[in-house]
Amino acid sequence: MKELRVDIAVIGGGPAGLAAALEAKRCGVEKIMIIERDTELGGILQQCIHDGFGLHRFQKRMSGGQYAQSFIDEVEQTDIEVKLDTMVLEITSENAIYACNKQDGMLKIVCGAIILAMGCRERTASQVMIYGYRPAGVLTAGKVQQYINMEGYLPGKNAVILGSGDIGLIMARRMTLEHIHVIGVYEVMSTPGGLTRNIVQCLNDYQIPLHLATTVTCIHGKDRIEGVTVAKVDEKRNVIPGTEEYIPCDLLVLAVGLIPENELSVKAGIEIDPHTKGPVLDNYFMTSIPGIFAAGNVAAVFDLVDYVSQSGEIAARGAAAYIKGELTKEPSFELVVPGENVNFIVPQRLRKGECKDETVFFMRVKTPRKMAIMEFQCGDKTLLTRRCQYVAPPEMLSCKVAVTEDGSPLRIDMKEAEIR
Amino acid sequence: MIRKEYICIVCPNSCHMTVEDRDGEITVTGNTCKRGEIHGKKEYQNPERMLTTTVVVTGATYPRLPVISSVEIPKAKMEECLTILYQTVVQAPVKCGQVIMKNICDTGADIVASRHMIQKEVNHAKR
Repeated sequence: MKELRVDIAVIGGGPAGLAAALEAKRCGVEKIMIIERDTELGGILQQCIHDGFGLHRFQKRMSGGQYAQSFIDEVEQTDIEVKLDTMVLEITSENAIYACNKQDGMLKIVCGAIILAMGCRERTASQVMIYGYRPAGVLTAGKVQQYINMEGYLPGKNAVILGSGDIGLIMARRMTLEHIHVIGVYEVMSTPGGLTRNIVQCLNDYQIPLHLATTVTCIHGKDRIEGVTVAKVDEKRNVIPGTEEYIPCDLLVLAVGLIPENELSVKAGIEIDPHTKGPVLDNYFMTSIPGIFAAGNVAAVFDLVDYVSQSGEIAARGAAAYIKGELTKEPSFELVVPGENVNFIVPQRLRKGECKDETVFFMRVKTPRKMAIMEFQCGDKTLLTRRCQYVAPPEMLSCKVAVTEDGSPLRIDMKEAEIR
Repeated sequence: MIRKEYICIVCPNSCHMTVEDRDGEITVTGNTCKRGEIHGKKEYQNPERMLTTTVVVTGATYPRLPVISSVEIPKAKMEECLTILYQTVVQAPVKCGQVIMKNICDTGADIVASRHMIQKEVNHAKR
């Protein structure tokens, strides 16, 4: 088996991995390698042809491809080694990677540090437990996106979309532009899963109806989907009898959520946070295994690519500090506790005595609020209070806080507030 | 007086705005920033959106090339632009940012490629 040595290996060449590799280079790290299983860099951005990327980072409305290209161009100007068409099979707690590709065969890569940037995967039909056969024509939104935008196939003529996540909304518009009739978007929850601006510009612009508190209860058809049954649900998500309706269609698009892809992390023994479904991270975005860092949607589903890139850079600075020996070998941690109306927060813990710079936090609320006050509290001390307008679960929040430790956990609340 | 309601799409705040037209004098309320006011007026007078779609590309590693408009185009002209783009065929290689169609349907917007598209043969040689 071929054995290679690198300072930092980045697993995944999407937005998190690209940003991480570039930031590591800026930190003066010499041997950096990006390992990507696809035949090109860019990850999922390459199939995201719609605009809205880079609003924060470049103050421009770019498409996914344009956003990716600006990072890829930069990588090509450096000596960062890129291994395409290469599958990582295993990572070990000793910071070694086993991978394979057609050219090298089996590879062992011994790393100073590893940055996990594998992204996430879509929840599938079997994961949302819909009755019926498994005919052709039941696809995840991302698959439909790939078929239409990259392969040039139209996977149906009359589509029903289950789930109002952003990819589903984007695909509702995309399919309409490609003259696929989108019958409607059905969402089991009583609030939309995607961002309001996507509801406006993807559904309202094209008069596509959104049915809240409604779900698909049965898929009809054996070889090819012929239709679906939809029904209203109550607050406990139980189907309300008598509300069933049959809708003929030849395509069911599932936009029912994303799950971080952590098979490799779990196998390596990395501790996973049940809320983010990603590794438990410290303020350097290091996982529970020393030298293994995580960034982007593998750590928590970020939704906004700007945040994904930012998280890649945080992890890269952490990894660079780690290989230079700037981080303590056996740190003790202070917990970061999600308080009132906070679903999850990343990082989940802070390295005691090693919060030199401002720490960036990413969080998601549990329920929507017109106005909320974000409060960071450490013991009796309030580190930050900020008024936030329109907080909602689909919208990730980010803020920078200078953490001063006093031996008590850091608690974050999103308290309800009056509108001024 | 004409009164219309819009939800702002400029930023995630999603302000609910009311646009009032008093004999051509247009006022926007409910917005919380200047960009919202501009957007509200535009939404009422001549709504615009970015256009993103794909065109056929030959001799490339993929059969479709994603394209984007250089600036926003009027919503009313969207269908007309798409009809033209769906008849467009380009030849690889294409550079990201390369103009595929200048001033499409007299909108003032250029349609540009939104990714590099290498030639098939070149790609094989590389592998």
